[in-house]
Amino acid sequence: MSPVYLLVFVLFLVGVFGLLTRRNLIKLIISVAVIEAAVNLFLVLAGYRQGGIAPIMTEQHPEVEAFAARAVDPFPQAMVLTSIVIGLSLLALMVGISLRLYHIYGTYDLDEIRRAAREEGR
Amino acid sequence: MEALLTSLLVFMIIAAVVALATRELLSAVIALGAVGFGSSAVFLLLRAPDLAITQIVVEVIALVLLIRTTLHLSGRGIGEGPSGRRVRAAGLFCLAFLVSALFALPRLPRLGEPVMERIASAPSSFYLERGLELTGSANLVTAILLDFRAYDTLGEATIIFTAVLGALTLLRKKCLTSCPAGRELEEGER
Repeated sequence: MSPVYLLVFVLFLVGVFGLLTRRNLIKLIISVAVIEAAVNLFLVLAGYRQGGIAPIMTEQHPEVEAFAARAVDPFPQAMVLTSIVIGLSLLALMVGISLRLYHIYGTYDLDEIRRAAREEGR
Repeated sequence: MEALLTSLLVFMIIAAVVALATRELLSAVIALGAVGFGSSAVFLLLRAPDLAITQIVVEVIALVLLIRTTLHLSGRGIGEGPSGRRVRAAGLFCLAFLVSALFALPRLPRLGEPVMERIASAPSSFYLERGLELTGSANLVTAILLDFRAYDTLGEATIIFTAVLGALTLLRKKCLTSCPAGRELEEGER
């Protein structure tokens, strides 16, 4: 078994660990981004073919059958392309929420925000 | 090839650990940029040029957005690290995750053997063989995105539109400058 899958999984776990232990909003956003990168890499790895060529038809491989036997799987790539762009819009939304919280409470620290919100509710 | 892939992944893991461990938010954001550009290089190695291009563009925009969140801190670090109890609980969870993953990993398809090779009716081989003929696109990734799976792309556009609307609402200038004052006004009315 190749170690590549294991490394991608370790990258995923680094993100999960950060998400569980950090209390700073920016650190949480970074953890989510790391998890996204790991998942995208895993999906593209699943479609890789040893010694394959990019799924773009060129004059070097005019025969469709020969091309189909050598090209890597284009399907995960298309879906991961969608996922990368959605990841960016997710990040923009998270940054928006964090900035708004910073303007209200003056900190990115979740514990401090919670404390301030509780005092306010009293 | 595999050695190069492994070293790039190790680099990305180190960058991710640095991003999560450092006390300075600007350094953390830049380390996240290393993760993103590393994954772009991995995409190139895995013969996915479209993904590599998109990843670079997305990573640059993400860096700009995240640096915007750290600018006004002017290098101030964040408070002390998480409590020991929290780290122990998270470590235990990750360990359980890793152990259960070790059972799953041997069942994954081997690296370099896509699923479409073993399953004759996989949609990927259909796309590869008939893509050019049916859509007229030489690039099969775009053929799938904009033709075979166009509804998925429509859903993607919907998500992006919603997220942009949300971010715009949250980051309106009027809204940001009047925030604390707006709250006091609301309390005064009560």
